[in-house]
Amino acid sequence: MTTETSAPATSDADTTVAAPATPGDSNAPGEDTAHGPSTGISNTKLAMWLFLGSECLLFGGLISTYLLYKTRRGPDNLAIPTDVFDIPFTSISSFVLLMSSLTMVLALAALTRGDNHGARVWLLATSMLGGVFIGGQVYEFTSFLREGVGFTNNPASSAFYALTGFHGVHVSLGIVMLMSLFVASWQGKLRQEHSETVEVVGLYWHFVDVVWIFIFTVIYLVPA
Amino acid sequence: MTITEPTIEGPKTEGPLELESGREAIAERPLGVLTRPQGGRGWRDWLSTVDHKKIGIMYGVSAMVFFVVGGIEALLIRLQLAVPNGGVLSADVYNQVFTMHGVTMVFLFIMPLAAAFANYLIPLQIGARDVAFPRLNALSYWVWLSGAIFLNSSWIVGGGGADCGWFCYSPNSGVTFSPSHGVDFYAIGLLIAGIASLVSAINLIVTCLNMRAPGMDLFRMPVMTWMLLITQFLLLFALPVITVALFLLMFDRLFDASFFNPDMGADPLLWQHLFWIFGHPEVYIIILPAFGVVSEVIPTFSRKPIFGYTFMVFSGIAIGFMGWGVWAHHMFVSGIGPISVAAFSLSTMFIAVPTGVKVLNWLATMWGGQIRFTTAMLFAVGTVAMFTIGGLSGVTHALAPADTQQTDTYYIVAHFHYVIFGGGVLGLMGGLYYWWPKIFGFMLNERRGKVNFWLMLIGFNLTFGPMHILGLQGMSRRIDTYSSGFGFEFWNMVATIGSFIIAVSVLVLFHNIWKSKREAADLPPPGPDPWDARSLEWMVPSPVPEHNFDEVPTVESLDEWWHRKYSFDDNGKVVQIATAEEAAQDGSAKGVHLPAPSFWPLVLAVGLPLIGYGLIFNLWLCVPGGLLVGMGIFAWALEPVDDPDATHDHDGHDDDDDDHDDDGPDDAELAAAPAAPGDSTAGAPAAPGDKQGGE
Repeated sequence: MTTETSAPATSDADTTVAAPATPGDSNAPGEDTAHGPSTGISNTKLAMWLFLGSECLLFGGLISTYLLYKTRRGPDNLAIPTDVFDIPFTSISSFVLLMSSLTMVLALAALTRGDNHGARVWLLATSMLGGVFIGGQVYEFTSFLREGVGFTNNPASSAFYALTGFHGVHVSLGIVMLMSLFVASWQGKLRQEHSETVEVVGLYWHFVDVVWIFIFTVIYLVPA
Repeated sequence: MTITEPTIEGPKTEGPLELESGREAIAERPLGVLTRPQGGRGWRDWLSTVDHKKIGIMYGVSAMVFFVVGGIEALLIRLQLAVPNGGVLSADVYNQVFTMHGVTMVFLFIMPLAAAFANYLIPLQIGARDVAFPRLNALSYWVWLSGAIFLNSSWIVGGGGADCGWFCYSPNSGVTFSPSHGVDFYAIGLLIAGIASLVSAINLIVTCLNMRAPGMDLFRMPVMTWMLLITQFLLLFALPVITVALFLLMFDRLFDASFFNPDMGADPLLWQHLFWIFGHPEVYIIILPAFGVVSEVIPTFSRKPIFGYTFMVFSGIAIGFMGWGVWAHHMFVSGIGPISVAAFSLSTMFIAVPTGVKVLNWLATMWGGQIRFTTAMLFAVGTVAMFTIGGLSGVTHALAPADTQQTDTYYIVAHFHYVIFGGGVLGLMGGLYYWWPKIFGFMLNERRGKVNFWLMLIGFNLTFGPMHILGLQGMSRRIDTYSSGFGFEFWNMVATIGSFIIAVSVLVLFHNIWKSKREAADLPPPGPDPWDARSLEWMVPSPVPEHNFDEVPTVESLDEWWHRKYSFDDNGKVVQIATAEEAAQDGSAKGVHLPAPSFWPLVLAVGLPLIGYGLIFNLWLCVPGGLLVGMGIFAWALEPVDDPDATHDHDGHDDDDDDHDDDGPDDAELAAAPAAPGDSTAGAPAAPGDKQGGE
């Protein structure tokens, strides 16, 4: 997504203009005398993409662990998370999280067209939807605990809490980022020319959502 | 090396540290704690530097310190095993010493030494002024160092080192069999070091992909840069896997989870898979930088271009890909089933192909060349020879039936030391001799260097060559002693003598550095290009000025620097068209815009080990640690990236300056911090100039 900004003085705009149009490949000699990024993708965005690539393996490892252990009750035959799932509840909170991707897109769109107020509203909405999801997770964890599924029960419950917990931490960090953006915007420091910052945070946010689709499917929907 | 004051004024003003805007250069106190450092002199400068060259040097120096630590541990092992029923170490301490030897050498010596070269050389070889995210680069170093110190602090506060072997198999790693805190320090220390490597990998990949000089196509990058780039990709994807494994291990040990404890119905094989999915790419993470060094040194001292450049690059990429499909050959005796064994046997044999391509290409490069056997060249050739031995014994492991006999014997120890020491360490030593004049501005003495090389080569072969025999005789690794009468005595004594010869060779290296430095005053300076080399780093003065290039070169071919010195006449003969001194830049550029130093990476890095101690001893300690990390991130994000010039972004008439005078690290750091794992909060509210623009 390119930043369509009317302020040619910003460095973002320079980057976009100067960059050769072929991403992923090197530029022809002499073509980038203006020193834009060689790939045409800004450094920050490229870094975020790489980070997310790395994150795929992190969640891949955790999901594999869960798949391996999901029915292991341990020697004492204690309860496992599958026994106490409340799938309608989790479906609703998953829906809330997915909707937050929509509001994230709206936040970026608003900022890109210079609508600071709209950006602020949608940023706040995104983080609040994220907050609802986290609240739901906290509620889910506590109710599971009450029903006798503790972290230390058996491999299945350890793997469940580790996987969903890691995801929850990721969402929480995303909320911190969104709120930081919100505060910056409130102070007038987040303007149209910074839309790429919002876009990069958005990449992270969408990634966290997409990962949840996988996790939700693997944990809650695929039968044991 | 001389340290030029960073000049941060606009290009046309002459006065040092004077801004066009007339503003004071640096007056920001993001959280009212630390003044924005100005990059002065002395140690404070090193604490706050974001210069990739200084960070590279710090990586190198720290790596050598840990080389000595790991080396002492190695000597203790060899002393213990010199004679049957050795009494130097108790069985328990022996376990700790060989574990920490492995962990130290892999994570705290070779990887950071390779990182030193990567940091120093990548920007220079692609014609950039710095890496893409200079502050993240500083963060990588400080976080790595804090992890390294944390890991080793277990000797003092953790009741001894980890004692589970460097791959720390379950259930040995569990609380039952390893009740001290050593393994906790192992898990958390490596997690911290992993954050550093991940940040560094992202940073260097972006640098390679985005910061190349005009005309520096991907396929004009030196092979060294290519190998380092592939290494960073391997790190990027391998580290998260070990991160998962280490987190789960930590949960097991500190919070009673059951991920690896068979008594709780968990599967110890899970650890083995996770570890080796990381662990085998790790082998290539160690060896590829050395391959890169060899690929620079051999062409230079053979006076020929590298044979089959494209083949070299693609075989490196092939190794990078195939390295992911061979991990289970570490687990042939784990009962993974005949189909897995067959598949991984085949893939392990196949990965020898691209490696063989490299060896043949190096030989073909030397073939018919005018070879100069300098110390660096000796090390490079030694690397090729020793690595070939290690590679061949590796192929014998690919045959699963043979491997079943060799597993957990000294044959394995011999094999991986030929790969890691014979390949990795010898190669990087060659790099040290080769780039030393570029980095420090004086040559290492060649005669002492050759003594260094031959001692190291002989000592190495005496130490690890006999281990092949011991292994085939059936001597088990990781057993603290052996009885007489098995026929192990002679070769163990030889290996111990060899290990002390290696130690002497390392002392010769240190002596050489010290003596050469003293002698350098009476010798002519090495000039920009003492070896008549081929890549861009040799077109700038030695030592490299802080701004790297006076003017970013426009690249027209592979081996650009060589082509600026030589051409071909009508008969196709090579003729010199310029001397190195004529063609090189003189480093006199003034007013080059450089990224400003920062203390925040250091602050952030100090917080992490505190969290680590907190997890192990008292969760309350996590609070100050977490606060330091959080403060570091937010102060970092609010700190104007490039302070003075940041305001110019909105002036509307300074764009040309931006374009021509910095390579974009400021722009790049716009939201640098989101790339840091787990602490992606930063950067969000910070855009350059905001702080200043708004107030």
